Amino acid sequence: MAETSSRTGLLSKNVRQVIDEAVKKYPEGRQRSAIFDALREVQHENKGYLTVELMDAVADYLRLEPIKVYEVATFYSMFETRPVGRHSISVCTNISCMLRGADDIVAYIEKKLGIKTGESTPDGRCYLKREEECLAACAGGPMMMIDHKYYENLTPEKVDKILEGLK
Amino acid sequence: MSTTAEMPLTEQPVNIEIDGKTVKARKGEMIMQAADREGVYIPRFCYHEKLSVAANCRMCLIEAEKAPKPLPACATPVAEGMKIFTRSQRAMAAQRATMEFLLINHPLDCPICDQGGECELQDLAMGYGRDIARFSERKRVIRDENIGPLISTFMTRCIYCTRCVRFGMEIAGIQELGDTGRGEHSRIGTYVGRSVDHELSGNVIDICPVGALNSRPFKMHGRGWEMTRHETVSPHDCVGSNLYGHVLRGKLMRTVPRPNEAVNETWIADRDRFSYAGVYSADRLERPMLKQNGGWHEVDWETALAAAAKILRSVNGDAGMLASPGSTTEELYLLQKLARGLGIHSIDTRLRQADFRDDEFEPLFPWLGQSIEDLERLDTAFIIGSNLRKEVPLLAHRIRKAALRGAAVMFLNPRRYEFLFPLTAYRSADAYTLPAELAAVLKAAANTAGKPLPVHLKDFVQAQASQAEHEKIAAQLLQGKCQGILLGRLALSHPAYADLRMLAAALADVTGAKLGYISEGANSSGAWLAGAVPHRVSGGRKAALKGLDARAMFTEARKAYVLMGVEPELDCWDGAAALDALQKASVVAVTPFVTDTMKRYAAVLLPVCSFGETSGTYVNAEGRWQSFAGMAKPVGEARPGWKILRVLGNLCELEGFEFVSSEEVRAELKQTLADIAPDNRFKGTRILSAEPPARGFKRVAEIPLYSVDMLVRRSAPLQATHDADAAWVLLSPVDAGKLGITENARVALQHAGARITLPAKLDDSVQSGNVFLPAGIAATAGFAPLYAGVELERA
Repeated sequence: MAETSSRTGLLSKNVRQVIDEAVKKYPEGRQRSAIFDALREVQHENKGYLTVELMDAVADYLRLEPIKVYEVATFYSMFETRPVGRHSISVCTNISCMLRGADDIVAYIEKKLGIKTGESTPDGRCYLKREEECLAACAGGPMMMIDHKYYENLTPEKVDKILEGLK
Repeated sequence: MSTTAEMPLTEQPVNIEIDGKTVKARKGEMIMQAADREGVYIPRFCYHEKLSVAANCRMCLIEAEKAPKPLPACATPVAEGMKIFTRSQRAMAAQRATMEFLLINHPLDCPICDQGGECELQDLAMGYGRDIARFSERKRVIRDENIGPLISTFMTRCIYCTRCVRFGMEIAGIQELGDTGRGEHSRIGTYVGRSVDHELSGNVIDICPVGALNSRPFKMHGRGWEMTRHETVSPHDCVGSNLYGHVLRGKLMRTVPRPNEAVNETWIADRDRFSYAGVYSADRLERPMLKQNGGWHEVDWETALAAAAKILRSVNGDAGMLASPGSTTEELYLLQKLARGLGIHSIDTRLRQADFRDDEFEPLFPWLGQSIEDLERLDTAFIIGSNLRKEVPLLAHRIRKAALRGAAVMFLNPRRYEFLFPLTAYRSADAYTLPAELAAVLKAAANTAGKPLPVHLKDFVQAQASQAEHEKIAAQLLQGKCQGILLGRLALSHPAYADLRMLAAALADVTGAKLGYISEGANSSGAWLAGAVPHRVSGGRKAALKGLDARAMFTEARKAYVLMGVEPELDCWDGAAALDALQKASVVAVTPFVTDTMKRYAAVLLPVCSFGETSGTYVNAEGRWQSFAGMAKPVGEARPGWKILRVLGNLCELEGFEFVSSEEVRAELKQTLADIAPDNRFKGTRILSAEPPARGFKRVAEIPLYSVDMLVRRSAPLQATHDADAAWVLLSPVDAGKLGITENARVALQHAGARITLPAKLDDSVQSGNVFLPAGIAATAGFAPLYAGVELERA
């Protein structure tokens, strides 16, 4: 796919490849469907969050109006549209985990990191997501996901160890 | 969009029952469409007949027999034997429940909301809402964005019908508004706080069912129920969009679309919607003025008219008359009658045309060659010299509809313009080579079709080399079954317009396409029919004595001029020549507005009614006569143009100026128009000769969307838009590099001793050697002709 503006210069070679592959999965003219893949990769390369400039670059690369990209980025909770900490921590608070004490785990993490959900630590290390719906690990509740990795059967001690392991 | 609406009702009918009444419906159509046709109103917010079905407001829930739950009427297709109940207990309960949900977050601010009194939500809440809210929690509030000078936002009132979003995607062709966020955090907006710039964007004000999107210039100016509504016609382009003017205590407060499927459907361009703001511009001429002893004095009408008549009678026919193509047919008819009665044969409205070599062979009027509706049925369209979107937005909309249906749309233009629909071919070439480019297409078409070229064109056409792109355009035109060739404004102002016309006509002949003209102003057609051209009298009959055309009447200076609604330095092909000639002559300016420039050259200023203040008729490009009455009280002592001209006729002691109404004027003109039919076939046999190219950089003038006439130039909201930010010189990066000109650097342009400076924009689409310098704006007023050689350097 040809470049349509200088703004696409913000996209790495890898991102372009990912987008090109994604576009191929859909019928011609339906490149809008590739926004999701594109944003996931862009966010991954940009310390876990998206900027308007990057979203514009994706829009230009896909030849779409930027608003179409903003719509996707703001709809899905896995996309961040403001700077956040390096490590994204999501504690499941859905029914199974809740019954197993997820709310206490959230409170414990908040206290330990000194932040509320939706905030990042001042050193930019951790970001505690506002809420997370069921991650399909009910058998291991309470559970959390950090940077796409699952941690199950959480206890305060376990949480301490996991958090200390984060660089 | 559904195409079932076009299917005749007799084809594959489905029998259904709506509220106990048996009716026929089209197979595949939605319950809503059938109910609307039968006059059964089902409440709705998100459904709009011109937009795709979203089915997200749920207000149109109805009960259908055997269906386990209420169904949305807008998204449920009819089926044989279906029994529909729109007002059953179950349907009403569903509608009431939906209304209650919609009102949860809607503020109760109707008393301060501009939509109050014309609000779909307010109306339906009267019918379906509860009088007491059960929702006692907090309502969500949304911070507003500034989306530009035309549309005001109050998004807390939004009910997320997404009509505005779908309008952008489906009608405008570019999505500027979107729905970001999710659930309770979702909001309609641009997300980044930019302006909404599309030339049809104002239509979202009408389709918004609540007070979220409103007219910014009209904000807090009046209430729907205090104003009187009048039918009128837009004075800006050759579509003749149907409007309603809303008048409060004699003042025109706003204009909104008047639906007419054949003309503007339910849309109007922003230019039609917001130009009314110019009517009350501060430079409105309120009283007649006379130049006496070197100074200007306000005088009474008698004195002013007598002075004007004295000038006209004293010059022995050595005068020129120029009128805006936005003048009414009645005014133009009387103007030419006055002129010819006084032995003045130089009368014209073709202000921005330069090449009149063939005008005796021109058609009866600059006809579109087909109806406006026919444009969307074209399977092949070839448009020459037009930035259609910014010239006539609603014609671009029709062409877009054709393109989305699969029509091949092709352009031959001096540079690349953005069109929001698929293009089959786009040929961009040096503006001055357009005739040669067109000839190359003609050559390819004639070769492929095996048809002979007309003898008078042969040598020129044969001399051109057809490239692949020319051949593609030719092949498409030959393939089509319903093809149209249109000439736009950049062609119209071209120094070799006559050649372009001749070549386009020959191409139409060879390919079987219809040839059409996209004329200037609202009433070029009316001007031709009324005889406001130097070579034809009313009814298209040849004038016994041919006068000078709009260009020649300045190069061959006259002793006196009458200008009607014209600012020559902005509206004429060669503004500088015009000002020169006017300076040395006695000028009677019939004008709604007065400028310092006017005061320099004029002898008499007669205040004439502006848009909305006079009755009259416009004839649009398809030849449709649309009459309207005056609606607003004229500002100051302004008088309708036809009355001014009638009295001038009387004062000049001419016969046949006894009209007591504009209808009588129209009736007299209509008598001369019996059995004439437009025909765009070209009958001339002139030998083609390419114009010598201009020296220096070749200037091409675009007329910005909001600079086309006196009125739009004075509309403050339109002048605050991005489209009005036009005071730039566009040049190719290659030329700029050679001259050391960078983006935004000031560039000095010179032509015939005049010098202006403007900031530069470097644009890949500009051909090397061309320079695009807009006309109709203050920065280039009275500078060089629309096409001319100019010297260029870094300022």
